[in-house]
Amino acid sequence: MSWQGKVLRVNLSAGTAEPEPLNLDWAGEFLGERGLATKYLWENMDPKADPMGPDNVLIFATGPLTGTMASTSGRYAVVTKGPLTGAIACSNSGGKFGAELKFAGYDLLIVEGRAASPVYLHIQDGDVRILPAEELWGQTVWYTEDWIKQRHQDPLTKVAGIGIAGERGVYYACVVNDLHRAAGRSGVGAVMGSKNLKAVAVRGSVGVTVKQPKKFLEVVRDTHKMLAESNGRKGLTKYGTNAMMDNMQNFGGLPTRNFREVQFEGYDKIDAKAMMKPNARGHTNLLTNKACFGCTIACGRIAHIDQEHFTIVNRKEYWHASGGLEYETAYAFGPVVGVSDIDALTFAGFLMNEHGMDPISFGVTLAAAMELFEDGVLTTEDTDGIPLTFGNAEALTVMAEKTGRQEGFGRILGLGSKRMCEKFGRPELFMGVKGQEFAGYDSRALQGMGLGYATSNRGACHLKHDMFTEDMEDQSGNGKAEPCKKSQDRVAFVDSTGLCLFTDGTWATEDYGRQLEAACGGDWPLERLLAIGERTWNLERSFNLKAGLTKADDTLPPRLLNDPAPSGTAKGKVCELDKMLPEYYAARGWNADGVPTPETLARLGLG
Amino acid sequence: MTRHLILGSGPAGIIAAETLRRTDPQCEVTVIGDEPQPPYSRMAIPYLLAGNIGEDGTRLRHSPGHYDDLGIAVKQGRATAVDSAARTVTVDTDGAASTVAYDKLLIATGARPTAPAIPGMDLDGVANCWTMADARRIIRRAAPGSDVVLMGAGFIGCIILEALAARKVNLTVVEMAPRMLARMMDDTGAAMMRRWCEAKGVTVHTGTAVAGIAKDGERLTVTMDGGATITAGLVVCATGVRANVDFLDGSGITVDDGIVVDQNLQTNIKGVYAAGDVAQGPDFSTGRTAVHAIQPTASEHGRIAARNMAGRATGYGGSLSMNVLNTLGLVSSSFGLWDGTDGGERATLVGEDDHRYLRLEFKDDRLVGALALGLTLHIGVIRGLIQTKVRLGKFKKELMRDPHRIMHAYLAQTQGVIA
Amino acid sequence: MKSLLIDADKCTDCLQCEMACSFENEGVFNPARSRIKVFEFEHGRRAVPYTCTQCDEAWCLHACPVEAITINAATGAKEVNAEVCVGCKVCTIACPFGTVNYNEDTGKVVKCDLCGGDPQCAAVCPTGAITYVDANWTGYQRMRDSAVRADGGAS
Repeated sequence: MSWQGKVLRVNLSAGTAEPEPLNLDWAGEFLGERGLATKYLWENMDPKADPMGPDNVLIFATGPLTGTMASTSGRYAVVTKGPLTGAIACSNSGGKFGAELKFAGYDLLIVEGRAASPVYLHIQDGDVRILPAEELWGQTVWYTEDWIKQRHQDPLTKVAGIGIAGERGVYYACVVNDLHRAAGRSGVGAVMGSKNLKAVAVRGSVGVTVKQPKKFLEVVRDTHKMLAESNGRKGLTKYGTNAMMDNMQNFGGLPTRNFREVQFEGYDKIDAKAMMKPNARGHTNLLTNKACFGCTIACGRIAHIDQEHFTIVNRKEYWHASGGLEYETAYAFGPVVGVSDIDALTFAGFLMNEHGMDPISFGVTLAAAMELFEDGVLTTEDTDGIPLTFGNAEALTVMAEKTGRQEGFGRILGLGSKRMCEKFGRPELFMGVKGQEFAGYDSRALQGMGLGYATSNRGACHLKHDMFTEDMEDQSGNGKAEPCKKSQDRVAFVDSTGLCLFTDGTWATEDYGRQLEAACGGDWPLERLLAIGERTWNLERSFNLKAGLTKADDTLPPRLLNDPAPSGTAKGKVCELDKMLPEYYAARGWNADGVPTPETLARLGLG
Repeated sequence: MTRHLILGSGPAGIIAAETLRRTDPQCEVTVIGDEPQPPYSRMAIPYLLAGNIGEDGTRLRHSPGHYDDLGIAVKQGRATAVDSAARTVTVDTDGAASTVAYDKLLIATGARPTAPAIPGMDLDGVANCWTMADARRIIRRAAPGSDVVLMGAGFIGCIILEALAARKVNLTVVEMAPRMLARMMDDTGAAMMRRWCEAKGVTVHTGTAVAGIAKDGERLTVTMDGGATITAGLVVCATGVRANVDFLDGSGITVDDGIVVDQNLQTNIKGVYAAGDVAQGPDFSTGRTAVHAIQPTASEHGRIAARNMAGRATGYGGSLSMNVLNTLGLVSSSFGLWDGTDGGERATLVGEDDHRYLRLEFKDDRLVGALALGLTLHIGVIRGLIQTKVRLGKFKKELMRDPHRIMHAYLAQTQGVIA
Repeated sequence: MKSLLIDADKCTDCLQCEMACSFENEGVFNPARSRIKVFEFEHGRRAVPYTCTQCDEAWCLHACPVEAITINAATGAKEVNAEVCVGCKVCTIACPFGTVNYNEDTGKVVKCDLCGGDPQCAAVCPTGAITYVDANWTGYQRMRDSAVRADGGAS
């Protein structure tokens, strides 16, 4: 009930696709999606394996609430060892694909091995086929989805796939589903490419049942209402996540020009309000909002680019609508590279979706390249004749496309910021953790965010904890460790339900519990839910330690630790990671080297 | 009080009778059918054969006393002659002739199967599949595992094929035409259908006629053109049907393939109408007249004819030839000018592995016909697009690229949902 | 009499309606079995929920050879009686709106029956894109106006 009780295991080396029963004991301990996939990854591979080799395992995981009437039930996670970080990667996505995988009868899809030549996977309930994808290799995500739908003559097929970036091993290639939703971070798309797997296409008609239907509908009616009545959620519906732009600008936590600054003069040309305002020609960027499967919030933006804009004036194929700016894309194509041309940002966003790349990593990598350029380390000879100056909108869009197609300097940008900065002898210019670039929050203004970044198991990430309230109230590093740990555990739990993190806060943890109780049966008290999160976190950590990561990887770039914020509410502050990190290890029950103690592991059933 | 006489108790006749009663509560309505059981649907017989329903499940109307309650007299008998000058019909009931007078006459006598002129068609064990009596005979003989030969793999043949396969018989199909479903499927679709049937264990011969059938003890030997033989316990003939019009000889009513009727479904004789499989009525696609022996046409004919009989002049825009068929789980459908039209354009998608095929036929920016295999969702909208003559505008190009976007095209062009 | 009123401008494509529909009618969250379908246009620029308009012409009802489709006197809905339906699918090609579909699992056809007067799609729609209101003032007329007319346009 609620779980399908079935895992689809595909071995691309052997060309096999076999269903197997879901391990329900594991489901009881790790729930689903992020947690359960972490357990399966742990049990199915050696963490030391080459992330781009056949021994890496790629898992698409739904949660027990995926594909139910619980709001935001469209989530699935892609869990694997990430090439960008060498750590466990867990990227989740919305859209319709995850729910469809569940409707086809599967909780998890486990992909092992490597196909001898390009293939895609076609799943129609119990009918699973590994089909040749030669015709699709070298094609974009958008082309691929359309081709598969036509080939199988089923417009309702849902597709998750990679673009050229994933095929060619761009370290931050993502898996894009439903044209513009993505399991975006840590290079999970590159892993898919390394397996010669172009796409997974799913059509499901099995459906999902719940244990106590009547009760479930009652609970869901109530939890829907909570979201509908929440001002925060109403804001998300109206403005999308890009409402955050103004907050960060005002707070002085808006990373600008590769984190040299924390406020951006052009923010109001690219913020949520700018998206809704007609330009001089009467063109309005934002067309409408759009929900992922089952979501009653609908924060997604659908936008279009001014047809007269230099990026697409002669390219009619981009005159249509598609996924518009979210806060992280706006940040990564805006302040951090100094660009304030909303159409250029939107176009770069289209390109990320079309070619299958993580906008955050791309933008922050470009920002570092711009700093290298301004420092004279790079010249136009290196950069295909394009001056990589901060604020150059053309540099943004041209490089986005070159990277997506792996041409010219795009091949360097495809390395990610860490590898690129090391290559040019300036490792300190990499803005991120464990090889993964920062999201749009500066750790000098948001201390808890800094601790979260440093300790996130997938490298720098804003979505593995939620410290906004604490960070806004107190700009010191005091007392951040315990709340950070707790929020990481709570988020890890929410990420394992099959629901979206954007419900968190409006829903208390217990609200997930009552939905789980009605859907899955059994008892789901608060302690059990939080233990799922903590267990997941510690297993991720164990994976990373086994993969060779150490305490030394739990750090931030010197710029954030040493150079005081130049303006804003945190002017003069640096990130107090030194103080927070030992407290955090203690709060976690880890030793001074950041290794979970045997007692901690035993307490969580991981001993 | 107008006396309405309806010959034929199939869907066209019964719907006409009900429509007359609704339209004119005072009139007299008499339906004469030539089978003994309450009015039933021939279309349901295959489902009876397949064992999905009992005989009651084939009935056109289920509520007891339905016809009495409506004041519709349903009688058994067979019309043998029409005197359109005297406005009378001669009816044979169990060998007794009687004369029935009418003010308005609807001929809805349907069609009957034709048999090829070959030896052995009269043998015990050779059956049509048309009447309830035929159905009972087939049910007795088509036991699981028994050898059955089906002559004809047209639309009706394929429906019977499905029913026989459901009875788990060992089935061989012999079709004279070069492909299955010659009149509702092109070569591509028919070949896909054939492969599908063969994969499900049905033996299919096309381009082959049966030369004769002979008795061989308890068994039948079916000899095909070229001399090859098949032995079977039952031979079912579904090689074609023709309109039941013989009794109209001398009536002055114009008959071609069927009874020719005008826009009001009236024959050349005032006050005499025809509907359903026996009628050759306006064809939506060609603007000419044609026999469309399908349920929706029978239903529309019945209603429109009745309205005109009741004095409510109602024009008929013409019937659209369309069929839908389930063949061992593969659903196929055809609409209108599926084989294209002069100066038209075509969009096709062939998915061999998925057993899917879609073919759209356009004239200018309008859809005029379609074929589909393996498609069950929203297929009615194909009819909607064709019969409302929706201008597809820019969606024509979209459908040429991806014919599966028919529902999108319909919504976009009729509901004003997209800029 | 009430009708479903669909305002596509408000639809976010969340598909709660499809889940509610399949759950009410099949006891399972399964959009593939929903009687209301949301059609997405141009990368999500528009999303259009669509289902049976319970049209006066009742093409499906008249095309049925075994009287498996009847009118619910209270709601006006054309309802399929699965016990009677033989699965011939004629109604699926007769309905010019494409809103009667064949369910291969059951061998029967399915269509919107307004949930007996409390349509769940409308009940769960979070944006008011689907409402159940007095038929007189529904924009439904637009959907119905595009219908095929057997009488060739009321001549």
